[in-house]
Amino acid sequence: MPELRSETMTVNMGPQHPSTHGVLRLVLELDGETVVSADPTIGFLHTGIEKTAEQKKWQQVIPLVERMDYLGPQSNSLSFCLSVERLLGLELPDRVIWIRVLIAELNRLSSHLVWLGTHGMEIGAVSVMLYCFREREQLLNINEMLAGFRLFPSYIRIGGLREDLPRGFHDAVKEFLDKFPGKLAEYHKLLTKNHVWLGRTKGVGKLTREQTMELGIVGPMARAVGIPYDVRKTFPYLKYETFDFQVPTHTDGDVYARYLVKMDEMRESVKICQQALERITPVGQYDCRDYRIVPPPKDRVYTEMEALIQHFLLYSQGFNVPKGEAYVPVEGPRGEHGFYVVSDGGNRPLRVKSRAPSFIACQALPKMIAGGLIADVIAVIGSTDVVMGDVDR
Amino acid sequence: MDAAALSTLLQTAAPGATVEPLGSSDMPTIGVDREHLLDVFAVLRDHPSLQFAFLVDVTAVDVLPALPRFEMVYHLACLGPHYLTAGATQAAAPSRLRVKVGLPGDDARVPSVTSLYPTAGWPEREVFDLFGIAFDGHPDLRRILMPDDWQGHPLRKDYPVQIRKDAAAWSPLQMTPEEFARNVRAGREQATRDARPAGPQSDTRD
Repeated sequence: MPELRSETMTVNMGPQHPSTHGVLRLVLELDGETVVSADPTIGFLHTGIEKTAEQKKWQQVIPLVERMDYLGPQSNSLSFCLSVERLLGLELPDRVIWIRVLIAELNRLSSHLVWLGTHGMEIGAVSVMLYCFREREQLLNINEMLAGFRLFPSYIRIGGLREDLPRGFHDAVKEFLDKFPGKLAEYHKLLTKNHVWLGRTKGVGKLTREQTMELGIVGPMARAVGIPYDVRKTFPYLKYETFDFQVPTHTDGDVYARYLVKMDEMRESVKICQQALERITPVGQYDCRDYRIVPPPKDRVYTEMEALIQHFLLYSQGFNVPKGEAYVPVEGPRGEHGFYVVSDGGNRPLRVKSRAPSFIACQALPKMIAGGLIADVIAVIGSTDVVMGDVDR
Repeated sequence: MDAAALSTLLQTAAPGATVEPLGSSDMPTIGVDREHLLDVFAVLRDHPSLQFAFLVDVTAVDVLPALPRFEMVYHLACLGPHYLTAGATQAAAPSRLRVKVGLPGDDARVPSVTSLYPTAGWPEREVFDLFGIAFDGHPDLRRILMPDDWQGHPLRKDYPVQIRKDAAAWSPLQMTPEEFARNVRAGREQATRDARPAGPQSDTRD
């Protein structure tokens, strides 16, 4: 009989592993089925968006940043626009704020639906994926209605929105919001008390409160260990303090707690959406009407010389942003998401830096994976909801 | 607490440090000298009336041709009642703070804050990778986004935007398991091998 070997084995998981949400490579050191250590290697999706953004005019950066976190594109453009608007000192009309809130929350729902679908599928609940993508399709249709583009609408612009809401928008959103709580109950029926689901998620990938804060993790993962920090409540932006909603928390800190937190978040998002939809008047302002920053309405461009010149200047030279720096974070689907923008007073940014929640969560993966089983690695990665576009930028 | 009051507090709590308030429109901003950076961060984190327990982000700005060339930028936040730091009994008011450190272009080094905030590990690696700023005392300082054999630091202002670069010549994939394992280990030689985690809740950073 050959001698029994007892050294650890090094296994490469990824970058082409289907369950790693893109191109994440994990070098795992295994002792039998137990993971001894893990070393995430990233950068396969690095496209240098931050360097590219330095060459673009301010308004041209928006489509670029939407491609960072491609599951929650509008939280990218929202946080970028809020930072630039802080530098410009712009005050926006209430109607724009309510529309932005509605879009941000629909965007959170859409992102959480992809998370739930893929997370469920990865650990064996394939039907959940089909259910979630069915509802997400409706949200993508709403995006298409808004901007003609399903994944990266670039609808939120510096100084307001690209154009007014399309006809039929209220009805489409209302129809979705009326049906969605019922769908959410369906997901709960499928998973929350499912024996297999509980077995795969309870007690897996645990983090403590102290570890979470040391690792700089906020958002749903921190709320799953009982840190009720939510940017919308603690550092309100977009007048979130006027909306009535709860910040759901759990204390276990495992994969199951993260699942429950995100499910509850979807429920709260629907509440915010309903309140925002009520406040949006059918007709009204959709931008700040400062024509140095937003384009004049098309009918005026065709009939008035001044508007035509404004239009031409805006699209050829852009606008200058006062010298300074700003960081205005928003509560993205994955936690605090903000853009640190620096201006030297010109029409192009000096620096654009995304505070990417996925990047920080990815750093914490070894802490959650080590000591567990190799089969749980996928459950943990799914629960962190990392988007590799956001990690590598 | 505004930047001026904070600077006075920090200068008494961290003797010898140069702390100056800087103007900014969105949050209090202070400039700190790099020799006393860690002292100042320790006060910011542990002082009961500050409690900046959350290091939001670490980044840098290349302000070429201005001097000093690099600006390290740290964003901190105090979460108020949501998170009390160790030893604190009362919550401080939620607030944000930006800390800046100027670095000369020919000596771009700064102490790593990973000993106080483990979350700085990857963001500091990113700054090292993209700006070429070295972090003294970082446990695992190597490139993170760019390939390991990349030349230059892309986010520097004197780095061209469009370059044509030949793909690096990689050795063929056929190798023995021993060679593979050795290659993997060579990449993280600095990572401590003895601090091997025993369970999911163990801390490998001691």
